[in-house]
Amino acid sequence: MASSIEEVRKSVRLYLMVFGALGVLTIVTVLASSLNVSVAVGVFVALAIASVKGTLVATYFMHLLGERSTLYWVLILAAFFFLLLILIPVMMHSETVHLIDQVT
Amino acid sequence: MSSELLPHTLEPHPVTGMYNGKFGLWLFLASEVMLFGALFSAYILLRTHGDFPSHEETTLNYKIGALNTFLLITSSVTMVMAWASFKLNEPSKGKLYLWLTVFLSVAFLVIKIKFEYLHKIHHGITPDTSTFYAIYYCMTGLHGLHILGGVIVMLYFLLPGFGLWRKNPEQFTNRIECTGLYWHFVDLVWIFLFPVFYLL
Amino acid sequence: MSSDHTHNPGFIRKYVFSVDHKVIGVQYAVTSLIFLFFGFSLMMIMRWQLAYPGDAIPLIGGWLGQYLVDNNGVLLPEGYNALGAMHGTIMVFLGVVPLAVGGFGNYVMPLQIGAPDMAFPRLNMASYWVYVLGGIAMLASFFVPGGAANSGWTSYPPLSVIANVDNAHHFWNGQTIWLLGMVLLITSSLLGSVNFIVTIVHLRVKGLTMFRLPFFVWAQLVTSFLLLLAFPPLEAAGVLQLMDRAFDTSFFMPTGLVVSGVVRDEYAGGGSPLLWQHLFWFLAHPEVYVLILPALGIIGEIIANNTRRPLWGYKTLVYSVVFLGFMSFVVWAHHMFLTGMGTTMSNFFQTTTMIISIPSVVILTAMLLSLWNASIRFNVPMLFALSFLPMFAIGGLTGLPLGLSASDIQLHDTYYVIGHFHYVVAPGTIMALFAGIYFWFPKVTGRKMSTLLGHLHFWPTLLFMNVIFGPMLIIGLRGVSRRLWDQTEYVLGAEVQGWTVMSSWGAWMLGLSQLPFIINFFYSAVAGKKSVENPWKATTLEWAAPSPPPHGNFAEVPVVYRGPYEYSVPGAKEDFQPQHLSDAKLS
Repeated sequence: MASSIEEVRKSVRLYLMVFGALGVLTIVTVLASSLNVSVAVGVFVALAIASVKGTLVATYFMHLLGERSTLYWVLILAAFFFLLLILIPVMMHSETVHLIDQVT
Repeated sequence: MSSELLPHTLEPHPVTGMYNGKFGLWLFLASEVMLFGALFSAYILLRTHGDFPSHEETTLNYKIGALNTFLLITSSVTMVMAWASFKLNEPSKGKLYLWLTVFLSVAFLVIKIKFEYLHKIHHGITPDTSTFYAIYYCMTGLHGLHILGGVIVMLYFLLPGFGLWRKNPEQFTNRIECTGLYWHFVDLVWIFLFPVFYLL
Repeated sequence: MSSDHTHNPGFIRKYVFSVDHKVIGVQYAVTSLIFLFFGFSLMMIMRWQLAYPGDAIPLIGGWLGQYLVDNNGVLLPEGYNALGAMHGTIMVFLGVVPLAVGGFGNYVMPLQIGAPDMAFPRLNMASYWVYVLGGIAMLASFFVPGGAANSGWTSYPPLSVIANVDNAHHFWNGQTIWLLGMVLLITSSLLGSVNFIVTIVHLRVKGLTMFRLPFFVWAQLVTSFLLLLAFPPLEAAGVLQLMDRAFDTSFFMPTGLVVSGVVRDEYAGGGSPLLWQHLFWFLAHPEVYVLILPALGIIGEIIANNTRRPLWGYKTLVYSVVFLGFMSFVVWAHHMFLTGMGTTMSNFFQTTTMIISIPSVVILTAMLLSLWNASIRFNVPMLFALSFLPMFAIGGLTGLPLGLSASDIQLHDTYYVIGHFHYVVAPGTIMALFAGIYFWFPKVTGRKMSTLLGHLHFWPTLLFMNVIFGPMLIIGLRGVSRRLWDQTEYVLGAEVQGWTVMSSWGAWMLGLSQLPFIINFFYSAVAGKKSVENPWKATTLEWAAPSPPPHGNFAEVPVVYRGPYEYSVPGAKEDFQPQHLSDAKLS
């Protein structure tokens, strides 16, 4: 937590650097999408870049770096259940779909 | 009970390292993760389930999307600068940055509504056109409502709520910090929405 | 803050738009009790049609309006569906959860941790009023054209999406208002849960470490996390279904949908009804534990107090309740074995379901062991608490066959399911909530409830709860579907009609049995015997405050010296050692 005056002054420069990085990554992701790669690679690259950007925002703008473990645990819990939600489509694509494919 | 008497309204709790408001806001953001998580899950499902238009068939303009991404990222910076300025006891600078944030987010909304939603609706592209547009309107719309909520909160702190700065600058700065946390989260959601809808 | 500001805030600010957690707690409790009785009344109407199919509803049949009954006062099938959907919704979201969390949590939890109020008093008020708005929306939906939502409390699409959309009033109909009401109720729970977690973590008084917290507070903490993380997905799903209804999108509408021979091509298709089921049960299974955990917390408090000995295995209980909360997020698809999600997924979810029964059994066993060899005080709260244990056990054990995908094929969507979860929630949770009301009533009002009326309430309630739900298990094992308006149309249903009639009479008698409680509640609040500060000789902090506690709760901030249940400590002068008294004061 950047609490003392000095630390805040120092972090201002950091914010500007992060801003620069976010801008550059936005351009990179737009350029990358015009590359002729397979859908899977495209999705991976775009999400990887977005994750880096998201991490930058969370660690520096939201000061996650200076927080304590209580908050980390809460967020890990949320992240775990978030993953579970994201897995729902995978579950729905398990055997049933293949069975239907075999029938039709 | 007047809130001034409650423990940890201002001073951080020794274990969590946060004051009440900040902890509360982070918990709220955790629930927001689940809210958007469910929608992203719906998106993945619809996209992998068939009858989902391919990227070539959709008409979103990535240039407008990129411009809006840039506006939001900039607003995140001005937001964090506003907090830093208040923290450094420079209220006029803080106010300026906060106004800038409001300006950038209103610009985002105007672009979103005028050049995207209305433009599309004018061409007959509405949520029931296909599942792509359904989830597009739903997620960006919900995100837009979050932006609108943030703008209202910022305007409150700039206009009627600014009196708190004179009474209790520390509490005011804390509230700006919480607003900022929310704002960065909204930015973060957009960072994922942009590639998902415009690029993939 | 200056003192002149905090005192005499005026009637409206003090009793209506109050920010005091105790007033809000009482508001929640009274509102939710009214909703509980209302939701129960809906069921009493349905039970008439079930017991005597096609007969006009006596007394009130003429008053129910065109959406529920025909000209002769016979319940319409659509009306039956509406009552069923609204019974479930109201009991769960407007009755039990607000009473267990909003009522008991709000009132008791801050007192038990020695806090002057919740961490965010104004947010607390907001969550109550958002809840009231949600309740009003649900009630209003009975009066819009087409009547209230009638697609079950689970609102499965595609049925729920097309329900009533052909109505001239395309948007403002029962199902749409149900969705809006749900969004409001979820928002309210969300605000409440943030408040609860911050309060429990930040506002504990000095000396009250996490492992000195009363079990009830632990239960509330875990419950709040469930509310915080499980409710948003349903909020998202609700928004999606709203869009399906309002804008004809196809989130839950499959391609080529045909309903009653009509092709529904106003929907572009491409969606999946199963998505709703996943998102709904992602909320609704943790929701089951939102219903049961606060009840377990209440039971823990009352058992420790009336056995006059420490709760058996306090730490085990805490770990179990945390584990239970976590596991409740990974069992949701056991409600969906019959959707054809495949054996891999079924195996996974039946395994997690069997795992989650372990902490439940641990908790129940710990409570039972607490009774072993104790000199139990059989007062009214304790009677309710004791009855909870076997009732909840029946509810839990009847759930096991439902959690196994093979036996669930036979039992799915039958009355057996109804019997099972009502044993958990009605003779289970609601008995615990009654126990809590009798237990904390002296703290809230400063007066005791009548013991005689308490007995008159307890015995028939316990009896008739079983008369209602026992037969349901039997009917269900015979394979009668839970959603039939008239089961006698089928041979297998007609054969067990006798049990259905018995169940109906049980419901009406249960309704009558609540009269002593209602009288007791209001009479004792104004004219009951005056109670002292600590009438049950309990140890936890809420009994250190005056009864009723004043604004700000404690005259001076208490300090905690010991664990929550130090009863019958060998060598001590009294058989209880309150948490806030130092050893020096006790000797």
